[in-house]
Amino acid sequence: MTVLKVNSITPNLTRRLYLSALGILGLSSWLTPFSAGAKQPEAMEAIAKIVGSNAIQNGRVKLVIPPLVESGNLVVLKVAIESPMTSTDYVKAVHIISEANPLPNIFTAYFTPRSGRAEVTTRVRLADSQRVWAIAQMSDGGYWQGYADTLVTLSACTEMI
Amino acid sequence: MSKTSRTGITAPANAKKDAIIEIRAIAQHDMETGFRYTEDGKRIPRDIIRLFTCRYNDEEVFKADFYPGIGANPLIIFTTIAVASGTIECKWTGDDGYEAVNQVKITVS
Repeated sequence: MTVLKVNSITPNLTRRLYLSALGILGLSSWLTPFSAGAKQPEAMEAIAKIVGSNAIQNGRVKLVIPPLVESGNLVVLKVAIESPMTSTDYVKAVHIISEANPLPNIFTAYFTPRSGRAEVTTRVRLADSQRVWAIAQMSDGGYWQGYADTLVTLSACTEMI
Repeated sequence: MSKTSRTGITAPANAKKDAIIEIRAIAQHDMETGFRYTEDGKRIPRDIIRLFTCRYNDEEVFKADFYPGIGANPLIIFTTIAVASGTIECKWTGDDGYEAVNQVKITVS
């Protein structure tokens, strides 16, 4: 009798386990779009390569991208850095780094004291909902960073044609 | 992509001395990322503009490195100080010998 009882319980248990595992899987697929972390270490590596052993400070860099974009193929990106832009104190370069694109580097702009303002606008591709970083390199050797988050409903870069 | 294509720059024709002027440059280019595949599984090779430079009276005032993350038909808007009358020259260089140059005259008073 006892043997029979065990047999009748175990199939039920495994079925329950199987179903709950399915449920968790289903839930996790809902959560992934926000983490998009697969490429993030690469982005951090790219930032480390730019900065070297210097410290990065937060602030002074303002990065503007729309918080929600329909297509990642053309996203207007504007970056502005607070700086007097004189011959002794100016922004040398700004690097735009993406956390979810197949290649973390998007572009690098080099300014001179004759730029007047450290500001640049262009159109970029974004492969997924993600955080985009802007790393500014100052003439005094300091580094400043800023970021912007965006939600992309249709991604770019890897689609079939 | 061909060796060159249509490009253009927009800058004010007249400016006050030491005023900050805005320059817009645009190029007609596919900016093929190198991450896309055709239906039969062949990878489409990367073909992009790599470098943009702007010279004002033969002095470099702005430069940018492009990667595949820049959208097709790249547009770039930046600023410079109007120091003297002369020419502003923008140059795009890219893969497969791509090169395009645009010039615009500016009068500074």
